[in-house]
Amino acid sequence: MTNPDVTVVDYGVGNLLSVQRGLEHCGAQVALSSDPDVVAEASRVVLPGVGAFANAMEALRARGLVPAIRELARRRAPLLGICLGMQLLLDESEEFGLTEGLGLIPGRVVPVPTVTARGEAQKIPHIGWNALQYAEACHQWRGSLLEDNRPGQAVYFVHSFMAVPADPVHRLADCLYGGSRVAAVIARGSITGCQFHPEKSGAVGLKILRKFCAD
Amino acid sequence: MRNIRIIGRLDIKGPNLIKGVHLEGLRVIGSPAEHARRYYEQGVDELIYMDCVASLYGRNHLGDIVRSAAENIFVPMTVGGGIRSIDDATQILRAGADKVAVNTAAVAGPELITHIARRFGSQCMVLSIEAKQIGPQRWEVYTDNGRERTGLDVVDWVKRGVAMGAGEILLTSVDREGTRKGFDIDLVRAVSAEVAVPVIASGGMGSAEDLVEVVLRGGADAVAMADILHYRRAAIADIRAAARAAGLSVRDYDQS
Repeated sequence: MTNPDVTVVDYGVGNLLSVQRGLEHCGAQVALSSDPDVVAEASRVVLPGVGAFANAMEALRARGLVPAIRELARRRAPLLGICLGMQLLLDESEEFGLTEGLGLIPGRVVPVPTVTARGEAQKIPHIGWNALQYAEACHQWRGSLLEDNRPGQAVYFVHSFMAVPADPVHRLADCLYGGSRVAAVIARGSITGCQFHPEKSGAVGLKILRKFCAD
Repeated sequence: MRNIRIIGRLDIKGPNLIKGVHLEGLRVIGSPAEHARRYYEQGVDELIYMDCVASLYGRNHLGDIVRSAAENIFVPMTVGGGIRSIDDATQILRAGADKVAVNTAAVAGPELITHIARRFGSQCMVLSIEAKQIGPQRWEVYTDNGRERTGLDVVDWVKRGVAMGAGEILLTSVDREGTRKGFDIDLVRAVSAEVAVPVIASGGMGSAEDLVEVVLRGGADAVAMADILHYRRAAIADIRAAARAAGLSVRDYDQS
């Protein structure tokens, strides 16, 4: 049996080592690449990301990776965006003015609410462990990367902006932050995005990575 | 209510995990890798690594320790001690750290806070503060493990640091550190009342009750602990259970 191959997109942002180690822990053979041809033809791709949306899109564009990732998605090869990498999957982001994203899942990235549902000031960024729950239009996680997980399990978030898919059907899991729903996992076909860091979420997060490697 | 984070703090000198009192009189505890692994398996929410002598000698031993920890520890790691530049921060993040904690170099040149925050995001830039009480409701910022005075008022410095881009505050009471006498609640409250970013209380945890108190009365968002874990005075599950029993919200660690 050969190890599954996972290509992690290396475009100069984020802690790639932890993503790589997490995937390797799940049995994957991992390669980092910034080569658009490699990414476009990869069997599975993780798009990581930390930092600002516009910088990340610029870094992807400068390396010719935007068409490569779109080609990968067109081929229906599994793609997992993590944190900012998840936000990049959407059409656009409001972070520092409106910036165009990859447009693979319809929707927009907006700021995490700065007040709670009860009108109190809320700490931003949203940092810490928060429990996954079913999104409003989702009642089970079978067939998704969350198949081996269950509502109530906590995962590690660090973010100031959040994804709002235009179609609620693309929303699998949410967490509650200050009483507001924040999209935690979004998916469309072979494409999945996690707002939290599965590679930093202990055994619960590793289940998601393992599922991604096995799919 | 958001989950309170339970953070294991590992003070490092050379290759060793060490522990002192008031950040001094350092005693070797053992292997950082073994302790970190144990805390991870017990369900710690995060780890903080602090190189205690890096800022004195201008070198950093942490890269290797962090790199090997990243192989089998899958919770967030904050690393500090001797981080003086964007290059230092880049290297430690590449080694597997998620956030950098900066103290001495930020006091010497506060623009480093902004540079790190712009480059890696505020969530990555932890302002580490060593505080000593100098009067009623007054604390001074110290550097170099509580050895050097700065003349800076802690609350003023925190406000400035946050304005410059710090995304989190690691607040260590030098007076309480290693004493097991409980956290400096007044200090934590004075800081957490002034800033919107998360505050990690550090220094003095003698029992789980101290954690409850610094959260409820001090307004801490996270609690760093060392001695209580290193000497096995309590396991993380006990601390989590005590916090929950007191009505605090903590991570559900049931992984099944």
